[in-house]
Amino acid sequence: MTDAAKDQSLQHSSVQDELSKPPRSQWRDIWDQFKSHRGALFGGCLFLGIVLGVVVGPFVYWNDAKFVPTGRDFITLRDMRPIYHVLWDPSAKMDWAYPLGTDNLGRDTLARLMFGGRVSLAVGMAAMILALILGSFIGVIAGYFKKLDGLLMRLTDLFLALPLLPMILVAAVLFRESLSQSIGPEGGIFVLIVCLIGITSWMPTARIVRGDVLAIKEREFVLAARSIGTKPSNIISRHILPNVLSPIMVSATLGIATAIITESALSFLGFGFPPDFPTWGRLLNDAVDRMTLFPERVLWPGILISLTVLSVNYLGDGLRDALDPRIRGR
Amino acid sequence: MLTFTIRRLIIAVPTLLFISLVIFLLLELAPGDPMAQVPLTVPPEVKEKMRLALGLGEPVHIRFWKWIVQFFWIEPQVLIDHIFGTSFSAGDLRVISWQTRSPVMDIVVQRLPQTLMVVGTAYIVAILIALPIGIYSAYRQYSWFDQLGTFVSMVGFSVPPFFSGVLVIVIFSVQLGWFPSIYDTTLEVTSWETFVKQLQQMVMPVMVLALQITAQLSRFMRASMLDNLNQDYVRTARAKGLGEYVVVMVHVLRNSMIPVVTVIALGVPSIFGGAIITEQVFKVNGIGQLLIGAIQANDLPMVQTLTFIFAVLIVLFNLIADVLYGILDPRIRYD
Repeated sequence: MTDAAKDQSLQHSSVQDELSKPPRSQWRDIWDQFKSHRGALFGGCLFLGIVLGVVVGPFVYWNDAKFVPTGRDFITLRDMRPIYHVLWDPSAKMDWAYPLGTDNLGRDTLARLMFGGRVSLAVGMAAMILALILGSFIGVIAGYFKKLDGLLMRLTDLFLALPLLPMILVAAVLFRESLSQSIGPEGGIFVLIVCLIGITSWMPTARIVRGDVLAIKEREFVLAARSIGTKPSNIISRHILPNVLSPIMVSATLGIATAIITESALSFLGFGFPPDFPTWGRLLNDAVDRMTLFPERVLWPGILISLTVLSVNYLGDGLRDALDPRIRGR
Repeated sequence: MLTFTIRRLIIAVPTLLFISLVIFLLLELAPGDPMAQVPLTVPPEVKEKMRLALGLGEPVHIRFWKWIVQFFWIEPQVLIDHIFGTSFSAGDLRVISWQTRSPVMDIVVQRLPQTLMVVGTAYIVAILIALPIGIYSAYRQYSWFDQLGTFVSMVGFSVPPFFSGVLVIVIFSVQLGWFPSIYDTTLEVTSWETFVKQLQQMVMPVMVLALQITAQLSRFMRASMLDNLNQDYVRTARAKGLGEYVVVMVHVLRNSMIPVVTVIALGVPSIFGGAIITEQVFKVNGIGQLLIGAIQANDLPMVQTLTFIFAVLIVLFNLIADVLYGILDPRIRYD
């Protein structure tokens, strides 16, 4: 057999191999691309770690976030320093039972961080989901129904022209009393903050989704679906929504980041949750007054907010690359 | 171009009117009561009179109309009077703050220089830092400098100003003692020492604001440069023997600046919004802090006016960005 013939047969068999391999699913491709983005993988792991720590932590950890010691315990347990503080100050007041120390009322810092993280993440996710539903709904409707397009896009422009942070602050103060009375102090403020952040952050999603829907609407498979008599609601749910899933997922991750930052900013300015119901922003705000004496109480919530947002941003970056078929495979 | 500008200006008027209506209705529908702080011993009829004195007796649409007239008709007259010494506005009722019982705009004008000083410096510093970083990271794409720049700007995105502000206070004013942690607005620059003092107290707020702006702007600059670096005209410029410096800094940079300039213009109003938090951290006595104080004191005219000023800034800079884009890029025609 000559070399050329050998080559050819080799090539032939490799083509045969390629054909006989089972077809790769789309999600597998996406996962492979996602894995190759180191920052995104790291961000995803970090975010998962934070979520797990915050959700599972309180079940494993021995101290209670809401426990306030009284009497003599109050004196002995308050203002405890974190255990690592011994490294440079051996005389510091510390206890191995309180790894990150206690605050000025003797409440355990680590337990409060976990509890605050639950609230912060819950607010972030709930607000993101609300913004996503609003944004995708308005985007799909505007892109699919030509009559509503102009009106809805003007509405989006108007919302983008509103000064959002001042208006959120104003609304948070004005509606807080009545909502706390009807739902309860914590639940009311949770609902209020989630609604405020959700209602003020759907616009980018709506714009992106509308643009994609406009392009997909003209494709042949939509025409085919319409020609066999599919109803518009079914075309949207079966044919269009699955195709705009990737921009929606990317804006979902970025939405969590902005929602967490906005919630923390509200709590930091004193317009968020009440002091006995900590979130990371609230913990940061409470600690600012005594940060010269106890800098660690400022650092930990701040680091957690920043790490969460950073990891979510990296995750979104990687998702964008992984979900874009033009970049994938390069 | 002129017709486009005029058309956009005309469209801006109903937008602004609608926004002012939204803000007004938000404050109107809210269940808060401006008399909530008044002691319970004050009899109800006196309370009613106080309410009337605040202008709350009339129906909603009349109060909205009055506010519109005061804001768009009387306040500009006051400004003209102030500049030219005329007396158009004599005797007219201005927007009065419920907190201080003085005209809202006077207080805003007092507070504005502090905000402008900090925000303006931060913006200029951020632009001066961000542009070279963006240019160099695009020119050496995927080099260690580019990777570092990407990471730093990711961090700049992610660290919120209320943490970075507190962090620099802990580091630079508590541990090192280099800068004061509170911004002193009563300081007047008269000599070299006071000038140094002013610089020292401005360093930290400017640093915190600039970090955020730099993070966004350098990414935009990099992306825009990357778009242009692979274009055919760059190859042509190199082929005809131009030096690398001229190719990058003249040919590519000028084309890449077009979108970046509009992004810079679009960013100005959001910086004012972001400055609310930074002002709170460093106790800068600017309009952000004025807004927070007014919200806490239930001073509705002040809140309304300040929020509306923010809205005007957003609409105005959107307009400026659009017009700039048309002027800078001859390929864009708005006709």
